[in-house]
Amino acid sequence: MANALDLKRQPGFASVAMICCFVLYAPIAVLVLFSFNANRSVTRWTEFSLDWYVRALANEGIQHAALISIEVALAATVFGTAIATAGALATTRIRRSRGTNIAYTVINMPLMVPEIVTAIATLSFFALLRTGLGISFGLGNLMIAHTVFCIPFAYLPIRARLENMDLTLEQAAADLYATPWRTFRRVTLPLMLPGIIAGAMLAFIVSLDDVIITLLVAGPGETTLPLYILGQIRRGVTPEVNAVSTILLAVSILFVTLFFFLGRRQRS
Amino acid sequence: MSENSGIDVRGVTKIFGSGAEAVHALDRVSLAIRENEFFTLLGPSGCGKTTLLRLIAGFEQASEGDIRLDGEGLTHLPPHQRPVNTVFQSYALFPHMTVAENIAFGLEMQGVTKPEIKDRLEAMLALVQLSGLEQRRPAQLSGGQQQRVALARALANRPKVLLLDEPLSALDLKLRKEMQIELKRIQHETGIIFVFVTHDQGEALTMSDRIAVMSAGQVLQVGSPTEIYEHPTSHFVADFIGETNFLQGEVVAHDTTGATVRLSSGATRQASAPPDTASSGKVSLAIRPERVTLTRNREAAALGGRVENVVYFGTDTNYHIVLGDGRGFLARLQNHQGAESPFAVGDEVAVEIADHALQVLRD
Amino acid sequence: MAAPALKTPIADNPAAGEQTVARAQAATRSLLLAPAMLIIGVFGILPLFIALVYSFLEPDTYGGVRWVFSTEAYVQLLFERDIFDDTLTFNSAYLEIFWRSFLLAAYSTVACLVIGFPAAYFMATRPERQRDLWVFLITIPFWTNLLIRTFSMQLIIRDQGVINIGLMNLGLIDQPLAIIYTDFAVGLGLIYSFLPFMVLPVYAALERLDFRLVEAGFDLYASRAQVLRRIIIPLAKPGIVAGSILVFIPSLGAWITPELLGGGKELMIGNMIWLQFGSSRNWPFGSAAALVLMAMVLLALLVYARSAGRSGAPDG
Repeated sequence: MANALDLKRQPGFASVAMICCFVLYAPIAVLVLFSFNANRSVTRWTEFSLDWYVRALANEGIQHAALISIEVALAATVFGTAIATAGALATTRIRRSRGTNIAYTVINMPLMVPEIVTAIATLSFFALLRTGLGISFGLGNLMIAHTVFCIPFAYLPIRARLENMDLTLEQAAADLYATPWRTFRRVTLPLMLPGIIAGAMLAFIVSLDDVIITLLVAGPGETTLPLYILGQIRRGVTPEVNAVSTILLAVSILFVTLFFFLGRRQRS
Repeated sequence: MSENSGIDVRGVTKIFGSGAEAVHALDRVSLAIRENEFFTLLGPSGCGKTTLLRLIAGFEQASEGDIRLDGEGLTHLPPHQRPVNTVFQSYALFPHMTVAENIAFGLEMQGVTKPEIKDRLEAMLALVQLSGLEQRRPAQLSGGQQQRVALARALANRPKVLLLDEPLSALDLKLRKEMQIELKRIQHETGIIFVFVTHDQGEALTMSDRIAVMSAGQVLQVGSPTEIYEHPTSHFVADFIGETNFLQGEVVAHDTTGATVRLSSGATRQASAPPDTASSGKVSLAIRPERVTLTRNREAAALGGRVENVVYFGTDTNYHIVLGDGRGFLARLQNHQGAESPFAVGDEVAVEIADHALQVLRD
Repeated sequence: MAAPALKTPIADNPAAGEQTVARAQAATRSLLLAPAMLIIGVFGILPLFIALVYSFLEPDTYGGVRWVFSTEAYVQLLFERDIFDDTLTFNSAYLEIFWRSFLLAAYSTVACLVIGFPAAYFMATRPERQRDLWVFLITIPFWTNLLIRTFSMQLIIRDQGVINIGLMNLGLIDQPLAIIYTDFAVGLGLIYSFLPFMVLPVYAALERLDFRLVEAGFDLYASRAQVLRRIIIPLAKPGIVAGSILVFIPSLGAWITPELLGGGKELMIGNMIWLQFGSSRNWPFGSAAALVLMAMVLLALLVYARSAGRSGAPDG
């Protein structure tokens, strides 16, 4: 196989790739490293310490923010994934028509609008609801806003999974006397499940990580974890932020790892 | 056997697409399939045989026409309400279920009791010789084993009709021959109507009670293997099944014993003919290569020509002959005397055709 | 138990079977699609129209709007109105912000391409088992919190950050380099943020590349550079275009990066809009600016659609 590698080799590309990798991870590595620093300074290393983690986890502000983040993310994930599943079932394995094209565009619309635009538009909308009709859903406002952008993120893996599914399996089920509902429950749904789980994980992470939309839509007392971190960063860093950030990073990495394992198993 | 039993396909048309892009997958097809019959739909790809099968199963709806089973209409029933089961070309085994769960699926859907399911399962596994493998998943089985699971899964429901969509096409030759025998045996044992789709004419000839030859959405001829092979009624059927020689001739007389035709050489012979053949006029004729004999006596022979090529293949030898009028002709002689062939390239030969060996074609 | 008994006799018009089945299927699909269309329509698309309406209203004193029609917001984008005599003078401040954002986004996109393409190529030419690992490594930053990643960049480039402390310890400089709070820092931040968005689509395109075409190129006396320029890059074009769009659009509307690394002096469009809904309390103006940003994005998407259409290989 040395020959094949030879033909494919382009000079310098390997180095660039390595640098790329290094550059992507170096800052994060610094962050993680110094979250274990006993010293307040970010650049002088004294000794290893879990102090900041202890302080962070005991911090009531952080606890509250974490709770809010999880509540919103759970709601957005559950509703977003359910809606995305229904949407995927409706738009896949069908001949492309104007209807499906429009549907596809609408579902993916949140991905195409810059976040700041979505943020101010959503803010304006909820402000109008409040001042004009007196309606406000409290934390629900934030949950709804998150659900909207979670739908396309959940939709993509579910759709991919569905498109790869063998159509004849559902025909076989019908051939064997299963009603459309039982076909869905016993054949379609179990086979779709890896895609649905992947979509849910993506939606959860995306909701957890959101900053701009949350910044503009969240009301007082609805501080999510990213918003808390942002506030701390602006005020001048306390190393607890490093610790909280590292924890959030770990959660993200965990999810991505699971996502990959799921994809691997499904492919084999 | 009552008038109303079996499958009755009446004037079925299926159109895909619309307007300028409309494709007539089936064009006014009518068929009657009898009880306890191994019926084959035979034709090249695109002829509509799979479409017809899917119409019977209920995965497609007919644009026009009607399909009845035992006298009752099927067209308004969704697939899960038809007493018809399918063996798919790709087997379509549920990958997330075991062999046992696959086979039991249809019974479960119908609400059959657990003890009964267990009995049926054992019977099916024995029938297809897969006992002991019921806890495996489809991915852990070989192609042949998967095929038998698909068969068992369909048969477990004791349907009135079993539809088989080219089920043997993915198997290697040896396995295919074995399964052909198996399928025939199972059909005989269960007495279920088998509707079998294939493009392999050899398969059709060996397995079927009757064959429907299809092309371009139409049924060209329906008959037993012998009828189809010995008495094709159209160019396509004659050409699609086995090898054929086509000749031009003229009908001199047509009565109950057959038709008398005159060949280009002037010789006349008796020929089999479809009942609606005219009593006079030009016709096309078909004759199988193995139905002729070759002699050196050119007088009073049906045709004459010169041997252009001799191809030996063990059991028989093919003689490619150029006739007097320049056309080609294939004669096949069995090698009774072994490899030594009585004729060589360049020889002048006479082609002798017996009465009733020729077949008049409709087109 | 035999198969289920047949039901009632034949429908009078068998052809109706085809149409009723199709209609029933269409109805089910519409039902399934309804929640998605409803939620996104009401809470995603409708707000955009409300922003449009707001941009034609007057600002209220403490934020919000006063329902009086006015085109002042759009005028303000280009002109400054003298408070005493109501005359308009051309004001380039906001145009500069738009232009700076466009340039920064463009430069970052090009930089991401220059760095990302070789990296993606390298990944795509690894043996199959290794490729998954590389994709995994590139994907992780993709899904981690952008705020945290930008913050970690801060730790590196700020005055007391890793780079400056390191260089000072090595004795190479005695004053910290002013890296942070410059356009350069923002550009760096944008590249850092969106590099994976370039690498993944390009990788996807290169992975599908038929390397026998490359072999054919070598067979016809092409050098490595020529093969790259004339064969590989053109074939990877759909991925390159997709990646460019995925970097350009978020960069154009970026908020976190300029906020944390730009120090509030070098504003990008995102920050400017945010200010209008914060301390500047001018919602109509902010909405107008947001809509101009939308228009720029739609333009970029149009260019993308045309180019994808021409190359004949649309990507999802």
